[in-house]
Amino acid sequence: MSQSDARIVIVGAGHAGGSAAALLRQYGWKGPITLVGEEPIAPYQRPPLSKAWLKGEADAASLALRPDSFYPANNVALRLATSAVGIDRTARAVALSSGEALAYDHLILALGAHARKLSLPGLALDGVLELRTVADADRLKAALGPGKRLAVIGGGYIGLEAAASARALGAEAVVIERESRVLARVACPELSAFFQDYHRAKGVEIVVGAAIEAVEGSGGHVTGVRLSDGRLIGCDAVLVGVGAAANEALARDAGLACNGGIVVDLAARTADPLIHAIGDCTHRPLPLYESMGRLESVPNALEQAKQAAADLCGRPPPTPEVPWFWSDQYDLRLQIAGLPLGAVETVLRGDPAAAQFAIFHLDADERLLAVEAINAAPEFMGGRMMIGKRKQIPGKKLRDMSLSMRDLAA
Amino acid sequence: MSDMPKVTYIEHNDVAHEVEVPLGLSVMRGAVDNNVPGIDADCGGECACATCHVYIEPEWLDKIGLPEPGSQEASMLSFAAVTQPNSRLSCQLQMREELDGLVVRMPEGQH
Repeated sequence: MSQSDARIVIVGAGHAGGSAAALLRQYGWKGPITLVGEEPIAPYQRPPLSKAWLKGEADAASLALRPDSFYPANNVALRLATSAVGIDRTARAVALSSGEALAYDHLILALGAHARKLSLPGLALDGVLELRTVADADRLKAALGPGKRLAVIGGGYIGLEAAASARALGAEAVVIERESRVLARVACPELSAFFQDYHRAKGVEIVVGAAIEAVEGSGGHVTGVRLSDGRLIGCDAVLVGVGAAANEALARDAGLACNGGIVVDLAARTADPLIHAIGDCTHRPLPLYESMGRLESVPNALEQAKQAAADLCGRPPPTPEVPWFWSDQYDLRLQIAGLPLGAVETVLRGDPAAAQFAIFHLDADERLLAVEAINAAPEFMGGRMMIGKRKQIPGKKLRDMSLSMRDLAA
Repeated sequence: MSDMPKVTYIEHNDVAHEVEVPLGLSVMRGAVDNNVPGIDADCGGECACATCHVYIEPEWLDKIGLPEPGSQEASMLSFAAVTQPNSRLSCQLQMREELDGLVVRMPEGQH
């Protein structure tokens, strides 16, 4: 079979899968490409779901990764509202929920992640929501508005962005967090404190160190969240945002190594030479940190889509990127670069009172590992450059606003 | 032949792509929607990544203008790879009638 006939099947039509399809064509892949997605719509961006979409500032066209016409125009067969139920690696075929077996010469798994579920009484009540898909976002949007009260279980990015959007829509929001601070898993204590203060100043109630007893309801609809200390938080809707878990079952069942994500290398290859995996579903090398992990971000989905497409099309792999992430809440833009793995020192630059500052994380050799920047794009961009170059820099220089980030990063 | 406005995107290797970009759509979306290589647009147009960086051809600079001083775009752009005086982030440029025929060039890399 010549290269030009080789068939690629991509399972998962989210950010990673959709991008992979486009990049394969961009890089010159000529063979058939089939993109299989569970949701009934073509690939779209999830970040706006907790922000612009909820606030009515986005529409389907602005959400879409590419226009619907893109797929036929680029000879990408879209199989939407279709799940993959099994992978037969010997027969090289993907079993679909329709009953068909889709043959492949190369397979890309872009299975994504799903919202973690809690096990609590009351979660089956109407009005208990999660936020992963546009259908979820529509349900959440319908529950928000002036006079409505949203209880958010989980003080992570999803919860905080939803709380900010709820406030923008005139709704009340209460964030209930298990740990002693919001963003406990993903941000340093100083940043958590900043966000807690900012949200509270915007009228969001934040309850930390909270254990939940049950979600309560009446007539089949949620009416409140009862905490273990007895307190009842009345609400019209509950958003459960307690993290995401990789959709690895399909891969695991097919015998591919998984570790809280499908294990891949820096070319997005699994141990099967015919199968790549990309995006939220993967457990991947983190070269700057000499470790492995799962990165839950749009930049990661894109980077791995590029890795897979480059590998399949015989192009050199893209230079590994510094992991990065962004979150918008109210008029705050948070941009994070790197991971604070092994950090021993934090350095503040700028003015938290003016909501314009950055927190840098250094290791024992003063090497910059990560930066968390609020409304401080130069600190984010300069920091990201320095992290990528493994630059060592004394904290007192970072603290010094008379030294520009451009000069420090050079 | 349609009346939709056109933009020409020239890759670093001088390969040119002329595509139709509807009024109101960003110059970035015009490239991404047509799979034009050389514009990555990692953040999807939120001005959070500086990977939609383009060089505006000199004859179009007056109509396009420079980034607003102190803006998010200006901050982000100052760190993009190989900026020039005619650099802009294409996610911040909306198609208007007077930009019909716009020509932009892409840098060698966006990362």
